[in-house]
Amino acid sequence: MEKSVTILIGGEAGQGLLTVGQILSKALVRSGYHIVVTQDYMSRIRGGHNTFAVRASASPIHAPREGADILIAFDARSVNEHIRNLNDGGIIVMDAEEQADCQGFACLRVPAASLGKPALFNIMAAGIAGALLGLDDGLLEKCLREEVGDSLQEGGEALRAGCTWARGTGISRSLASPSPATPRIMVHGNEALALGAMAGGLRFASFYPMTPGTSVMLALLSHADRMGLIVEQAEDEIAAVNMALGASFAGAPALVATSGGGFALMAEGVSLAGMTETPIVIIVAQRPGPATGLPTRTEQGDLNFVLHAGHGEFPRALLAPGSPEQCFKLAARALRLAEQSQGPVFILTDQFLADSCRAVEPFDPGSVQPVYPRESCPADEAGYARYAFTENGVSPRALPGFSGNLVVADSDEHTEDGHITENLAVRARMVEKRLRKSDILRKECIRPVCLGDEDPDILLVCWGSTLGAAREAAAELSSHGIKAATLHFSQVWPLVPEGFLPLLERSRKVVIVEGNATGQFARLLRRECGFVPHARVSRYDGLPLTPEYILRELVDEGIV
Amino acid sequence: MVCIEDFGRFETAWCPGCGNFAILEAMKKALVASGLAPRDVLFVSGIGQAAKAPHYLNANVFNGLHGRALPAATGAKLANPRLTVIAESGDGCTYGEGGNHFLAAVRRNINVTLVVHDNQVYGLTKGQASPTSDEGFVTKTQPHGVFSAPFNPVAVAVAMHAGFVARGFSGEIEALAGLIAQGIAHPGFALVDVLQPCVSFNKVNTFNWYRKRCAPLPPEYDPTDWDAAVNTAAEWGERIPVGVIYRNDRPCFESHFPVLDTRPPAYGSVDRDALREIIKAMG
Repeated sequence: MEKSVTILIGGEAGQGLLTVGQILSKALVRSGYHIVVTQDYMSRIRGGHNTFAVRASASPIHAPREGADILIAFDARSVNEHIRNLNDGGIIVMDAEEQADCQGFACLRVPAASLGKPALFNIMAAGIAGALLGLDDGLLEKCLREEVGDSLQEGGEALRAGCTWARGTGISRSLASPSPATPRIMVHGNEALALGAMAGGLRFASFYPMTPGTSVMLALLSHADRMGLIVEQAEDEIAAVNMALGASFAGAPALVATSGGGFALMAEGVSLAGMTETPIVIIVAQRPGPATGLPTRTEQGDLNFVLHAGHGEFPRALLAPGSPEQCFKLAARALRLAEQSQGPVFILTDQFLADSCRAVEPFDPGSVQPVYPRESCPADEAGYARYAFTENGVSPRALPGFSGNLVVADSDEHTEDGHITENLAVRARMVEKRLRKSDILRKECIRPVCLGDEDPDILLVCWGSTLGAAREAAAELSSHGIKAATLHFSQVWPLVPEGFLPLLERSRKVVIVEGNATGQFARLLRRECGFVPHARVSRYDGLPLTPEYILRELVDEGIV
Repeated sequence: MVCIEDFGRFETAWCPGCGNFAILEAMKKALVASGLAPRDVLFVSGIGQAAKAPHYLNANVFNGLHGRALPAATGAKLANPRLTVIAESGDGCTYGEGGNHFLAAVRRNINVTLVVHDNQVYGLTKGQASPTSDEGFVTKTQPHGVFSAPFNPVAVAVAMHAGFVARGFSGEIEALAGLIAQGIAHPGFALVDVLQPCVSFNKVNTFNWYRKRCAPLPPEYDPTDWDAAVNTAAEWGERIPVGVIYRNDRPCFESHFPVLDTRPPAYGSVDRDALREIIKAMG
């Protein structure tokens, strides 16, 4: 197991724990550490109980851990709820005014009232945790200023007071020194999606606010003016998807982002994209359903829904990034695939990845090729037909106003020139033409990646955001002498079995790990290639999969 | 020079005597009067008999989903504001299925001209009540007559200070063409609600019923007077005022995005250096 430290910050919404978390995370990243952030918050603005956990290590890490080494408790409830998570040697940091049983753990009772304004306990706590971790005071202060602005002079004093006070206790939890590395940036999954989309040529985005999809749009909006994007909050998700399709039809690479419930309203637009052959990228940041479900928690429960949403038959692709790096790459790839196949391409993420900050090497916009639909417009031709029958099913796409070619798109079944028809022979040919585009998607499909032993006794199969947890669980098994590996699908549709079936078949035990109750990906694999796994690990309580959870399940199921 | 022949003549799927023919004719005249060639214009329509209209002239067309003409038109206009974008559909599509989009389009004041074929009944689905059906209107699906009060799109648009609000009548082709042309010229959202008969399913609000009631606004009428417009828009009975009922000079939605003047989305390209800087600043 990697040497890592987890700082768990607990308290009510509105107490400022996000500020502490951000300051510490940023300072850790700037000091050269790797981090994995997990945010567990309730669907409310004040009160309740939220946590922000940051795991840090000098070597690369990929998943959250359940155990905490430093518990920053904003209230007694946080101590009571999380003391069971404390690892041996764990430290509790709490306001001296709060009463809680620390059960023999080292407890730093902070005399907040004598160190400064008690209301600034959160900033003192950031200083204390920073000092315990051995972070530089000046760096912490800089991160504080970036987080809260220069105006809060008392903030700097509270932070320094916290640092000094913590050093006076003689207690520390210093991390190993990181090896000098290229500077890293701190991003969460949704920011990475936004950056990747901008690099990939995105010009238009529309949305209706819905957690945990909204932060894609917030990230786009914060750079929209500079990057020349149009980002519009629509009156509802139906409008959002139709707006994006209108924009795409007119030549702007477009995306929408939402969550399951909002996506339900977009289903008719998915079908419209299929019929009108209009490129669109749809990001679905999953959260537990059905209905409103757990609005701020995580799940991988919408695979079936996204795979099948939209009436009628038409091709689609579903990408499922497993890390911020993949978010960046796949967002750009999704725009390209949508353009190539002239239809809908989905990105399935979830609350865990959406909100999980990581330290990554700065993304290189030059590493992806942006899409410019106007550049592939056909020249003026007599009798231009938007839906001309072609061998691969893709018809040259003119854009309205860019040439004398008139572009006619129709949600009704249509002739080659886009006009409504009930000629049933034309209908059949159009169905075939649209479905021929599946071959392009299949050809462009990303193969799943195997990490670890190529001839494993245990193969953990996962998709999307569970990559890190599965990977660390497999590494843990390997460290105990078990030949283990992880197979991660960053694309879950279409599936090309030749790329992975041999590995599934030669692995002694195949366990499918996914964040839903019914084993949606396991069933999809069985449907597509007849493969039945030996066991499943599933989680559906709203929390992300962790290496510990996977290992416990493997033991319980008698797999190891 | 653009002429009416440029827009072509096509076989339609409409009933003989339908008001749609006149509206189509008025639309072509309005485009010619506006000096717009087929390639300059994008029609966005929904679903219904009226929504088929763009198939019957030469232009760019996005014939989308029932109720969704306005969002698609909004997206297209924002992607390429150099296009003249006209949303065209019926009363059921626009005010029923698309009611929320209608309100949002008025609020945004997007520079799209909305032409609504308003015959107070559903045609393509065979004669159910529409949002503009009068109370008591009997249909197969409202056998005891419509219980709900009718939606007055013109009054709602005026109440919301829509940029341009007109009511026309399919029986007055020249006047209607003039209203549509004014709507196109208006730099903001323009509603042209067109009263028209449905010969197959509306036996109450017939051609003659409208003909008798539709009264052009007097020359001295001032469409910039909102208070007067509120009253004029609400008039519905023995006399139904037609003409430009209200207009204002609210800045259009697009004017808030400088990039739309310089490099609209359809013409844009990725500024990689700017993006590199953005990414670097996240360190």
